[in-house]
Amino acid sequence: MLRPRIIPSLLIHEGGLVKTTGFKNPKYVGDPLNAVRIFNEKQSDELAVFDIDATVNNAGPDFKLIAELASECRMPLCYGGGVRTIEDAKRIISLGVEKVALSAAALAAPDLVTAIAKELGRQSVVVVLDVRKKLLARDYEVYTHNGTRKTGMSLTEAIHAMQSAGAGEIIINSIDDDGSMKGYDLDLARKARSLIKVPMTMLGGAGKAEDFSALFAACGTLGAAAGSFFVFKGVYRAVLINYPDPAQKDAIIAAANAARP
Amino acid sequence: MIGIVDYGLGNVQAFLTAYKRMNIPAFAAKRADQLADATKIILPGVGAFDHAMQLLNQSGLREPVQEHGRSGKVPILGVCIGMQILADGSDEGVAKGLGLVPGQVKSLDTLKRASILPMPHMGWNDVQPATSMPLFKGLGQDPRFYFLHSYYYACTDSSDVAATVGYGETFCCAVNRGSVFGVQFHPEKSHSFGSTLLRNFAEL
Repeated sequence: MLRPRIIPSLLIHEGGLVKTTGFKNPKYVGDPLNAVRIFNEKQSDELAVFDIDATVNNAGPDFKLIAELASECRMPLCYGGGVRTIEDAKRIISLGVEKVALSAAALAAPDLVTAIAKELGRQSVVVVLDVRKKLLARDYEVYTHNGTRKTGMSLTEAIHAMQSAGAGEIIINSIDDDGSMKGYDLDLARKARSLIKVPMTMLGGAGKAEDFSALFAACGTLGAAAGSFFVFKGVYRAVLINYPDPAQKDAIIAAANAARP
Repeated sequence: MIGIVDYGLGNVQAFLTAYKRMNIPAFAAKRADQLADATKIILPGVGAFDHAMQLLNQSGLREPVQEHGRSGKVPILGVCIGMQILADGSDEGVAKGLGLVPGQVKSLDTLKRASILPMPHMGWNDVQPATSMPLFKGLGQDPRFYFLHSYYYACTDSSDVAATVGYGETFCCAVNRGSVFGVQFHPEKSHSFGSTLLRNFAEL
């Protein structure tokens, strides 16, 4: 049976690994390559790495760092940050990355997603949607540039646009829940799940193992990504890179199956 | 020496790193003459069928791979799109495949109960190996591997099916005919299950 994926999401800022809260206040949590080595040992399902400087600094991807990460990584790797052209995407895949994530560039020009999917296969193209709850409506708006720019698109519009453009996976990243460790926004997850026909991954809010179970119970087999959960330990948020062991992972899935309506 | 066919597609480095950790000699082969030293060949790849065949043709590596496959002296392992191009052709494109394991690559959307599930088939899934498959030696009943694909290999001869996987329906995810092997999943990204499979291939 296909298993839900539990995915550490690592943020790169000024060459180091950081964790943000509400997309702000990056806290240094360590060295990216060292983190990859630890997740290798822990046999993580997948790994996602996002360079949060590239797009806002109007810079391209750091290919040297990507090459180092990819050759170290013994699990499937998704890279995002500053990918603007089909050449960027091809080069990243050729360095040994399985999936290239796009956000700002894809939302500005959906044709880019189509072109990359045509050449590299749709399974290699991931679109990340950074979303924030609208103030008064029960709806969500899509942002780019680390939550600083509105796209003017609703969650529904963006999902439809990216899906028909050829995205092979959509990551829903909740700006409101980033770093909160209070659990996933399950309303958002259900809404997105009902619209997305490709594999989907939720990101933002996971703080304990039960949060993964709750997400799988609500949405079935999908990806559950998190940042804080995998890098902080305890109420004082001490930095400790961790990942559920196989028995804990089985327990997370069993609890989800038991809780399924 | 294990030659990893480096035709511009797929994670050549990941295979080199995996074998380095096991102290098994492996090298990237970019030109036809380099493959002469190989006692085993791995054909990696990601992406679309036609693009893979086009790059393999351009690299000049198609003939030696095909020759080795036909002669049966040097075992070949195709991975992901590198497995699919072992077929005669694919519904994904118009290019001719290598024709080393008779079959046609088809869309998972043509399988009724798979077509209603999210596509591509992405993530860790349990694989059921055919009995006495040397590639899966020591992996137990339900080894788990990482999948990322929308097409599957429909073998002409069912005895070439080396393993199956279930996603809505049960379909072929590994092929073997003589000394030619192929796996749809990514052993180079499947932790200890994957490294055991790669070691098994090296020890054939």
